[in-house]
Amino acid sequence: MKHTLKKTETEKGQKQMNDVFLQFVSKVVFFIVIMFSFNLFFAGHYTPGGGFVGGLLAASALILLLIAYDKKTLQKMLPIDFRMVLTVGLLFAAGIPTLSFLFGTPFFTHQHTYIEVPVFGEIALHSAVLFDIGVFLTVAATSLFIIVLVGEAEN
Amino acid sequence: MTTNILPLLPIMIPFFSGIIMLFVGKRPIAHRVIAAISGLLLIFSALWLIIEVYQNGTMVTFLGNWAAPFGISLVIDMAAALLVTTTAIITFFTIIYSFQTIGIERENYYYYVMIMFMITGINGAFSTGDIFNMFVFFEVFLLASYVLITLGGTKIQLQEGFKYIVVNIISSNFFVLGLAYLYSVTGSLNMADISNKLAGFDGSFSIMSLVAVVFLFVFATKAGVFPLYFWLPGSYYAPPMPVLILFGALLTKVGVYAIARTYSLFFMDNTAFTHQMLLFLALITIVMGCIGALSFSDMKKVIIYNIIIAVGIILVGIAMMDESGMLGAMYYLIHDMIIKAALFMLVGFLIYRTGQTNADRLGGLIKEHPVVGWMFFLAALALAGVPPLSGFYGKLFIVQSTFENGQYVAGIIVLASSLVVLYSVVSLFIKAFWGEDMDFTTLRPVKSDKILFASIAMVIVSIAFGLAADVLYPLFEMAAQSFYDPSSYSEYITEVE
Amino acid sequence: MEIITIVLAGILIGSAVYLMLSKSVIRIIIGTAVMSHGVHLMFLTMGQLKRGNIPVLDDDVSNYADPLPQALILTAIVIAFALTAYTLVLALRSYRELGTDNVEEMKGVPHDD
Repeated sequence: MKHTLKKTETEKGQKQMNDVFLQFVSKVVFFIVIMFSFNLFFAGHYTPGGGFVGGLLAASALILLLIAYDKKTLQKMLPIDFRMVLTVGLLFAAGIPTLSFLFGTPFFTHQHTYIEVPVFGEIALHSAVLFDIGVFLTVAATSLFIIVLVGEAEN
Repeated sequence: MTTNILPLLPIMIPFFSGIIMLFVGKRPIAHRVIAAISGLLLIFSALWLIIEVYQNGTMVTFLGNWAAPFGISLVIDMAAALLVTTTAIITFFTIIYSFQTIGIERENYYYYVMIMFMITGINGAFSTGDIFNMFVFFEVFLLASYVLITLGGTKIQLQEGFKYIVVNIISSNFFVLGLAYLYSVTGSLNMADISNKLAGFDGSFSIMSLVAVVFLFVFATKAGVFPLYFWLPGSYYAPPMPVLILFGALLTKVGVYAIARTYSLFFMDNTAFTHQMLLFLALITIVMGCIGALSFSDMKKVIIYNIIIAVGIILVGIAMMDESGMLGAMYYLIHDMIIKAALFMLVGFLIYRTGQTNADRLGGLIKEHPVVGWMFFLAALALAGVPPLSGFYGKLFIVQSTFENGQYVAGIIVLASSLVVLYSVVSLFIKAFWGEDMDFTTLRPVKSDKILFASIAMVIVSIAFGLAADVLYPLFEMAAQSFYDPSSYSEYITEVE
Repeated sequence: MEIITIVLAGILIGSAVYLMLSKSVIRIIIGTAVMSHGVHLMFLTMGQLKRGNIPVLDDDVSNYADPLPQALILTAIVIAFALTAYTLVLALRSYRELGTDNVEEMKGVPHDD
């Protein structure tokens, strides 16, 4: 087994081996993991969860794709500049608390309200969600960034 | 409204300018402009802060509108305001200095962003009123400093940077451990609240001595106090000059500030043990720093060992913990931040101009650079504490306090160390600027107008500080009061309740 | 229960010290990570281990766990995570640049610089 793998690698001149199972499964699992990460993120409003765990899970979904394919394919699948994601995340995390100055309250004071939506009924709107989006994006992008950096170093 | 916004400006301005620079991407010129503008804004906001604190007393803001012992509070007393101002001034001039020294590759790799994040952490550590929040801000500026020390990735940077990181991670872990002990003893993390609780407690304080030792271990590692300064000369030698300016002028001083804050607020009950230990370590630090400063002719190394001496002298003042001692410590802290930045800038100019770090290989530079030469001389005198210049007042008060408290040995060591400081820096001056002419054709044709602007401006700031010391006395009196009289710092919490 | 966790924290910190005294860079990094776990466990113990309700907005909750140590540990874990990640990247980088992961060889001033 090991021998044949080595053989194909040298013959085709590529390091990434073509693993059909992993690639197929990861396409499916990716969506499940991403959905779970969103679920965790929104659950964090009242129950355990939140931006940090959600962000880590989202990053792990992307890392799964990264393992199954390679960096180029991942860039083709998701043409997002992760540095920009990181920056937007930081901006949300720092900007939303600062905006509370507009309400005349100290830094980090959150504003919240309840609105009536036709189908769902009463929904709580909270500025902490926006802050948490910032955390989510920052954590996801940073973790991915580090993994990519470590992965690149091998070549 | 001002109490809500103003205390946060020193933290938010650098953070947002860092984010804006990340948005702009790899465009060094834009980074320079943004960094310089935010440096200026920092200076203005810090000066405004001083005026506000001088008129209305300590400024407090509560994050998230949670009242004091429960939420995180930012407390800016005069000491914090002065330190934030000094940080802002040094940051601005270091950014100007970096334009022509740091090199375009590092600028491309978000050098200014990292500086701004580091300043965020430093200002946060100065202005927070919550001990755990202080840990978080420590980590913020340490993370940025890890990036700065390895940015560029030369061999010596990677090698020394790794040691620096490991030492600091270990001491940060002990910081968390110390916080755990402190929390289990006092049940609070607000520094003013802890101080009040301990003042009203009449039982055994023996556990607090243990906490004091853990905290001293942590902050002594950051500040470079005697048994734990081993990492400092090697690690500070590695990064390029502008990074060294920031590290040398600011990072160790945050550790010193943290020692002063915790030892004045938490550990006032067993001063016979805690403060004597601090004094003892401070004196050995001075002696070891003197030995180091005398034994090198490498310009960077000499100034780096002078950092260690200065930390020792400030700690002597803090260990006295009376009015004149703290006054001297505050004067010397501010003075040392400014003068170390100035000296590092001048030495950096020489290194960039000649390509040599060893003063023995230089000579006769006074013909080429008379202004730099005399500025270096003035800075050397100020560092040693020659009367009209800024170092004098701090040392005067510290020595006065040691004699008042009967610690004659400490006073004599502090006085003797000034001679060593003067000798070590003036010998650099003599070797580099006088003596046999070096080969002037080997001088590098570097663009140096901004380097010289920043260096000379720092020396002028230092001289102005020395001449204005009398005018600034009320400010320093206020700053010292919140240390030797902790109840004046923690009275805001009783106002809330 | 507290005794057990304190002993466990001690074991973790002890093994961290052992790891950090070795010469391999990766072992040192693992040591720092293990040490942070030990310290966090210690912090959790210091806030008293209790079974109780969530301490939020409910009048009939009387026996609740102290939320503060948990919040603080979460912060400290995030920081430790970032630090470990950064040191790993740095270790890789310095391995490629210096050609060694033995701290014994990371002394003095490297020459061709």
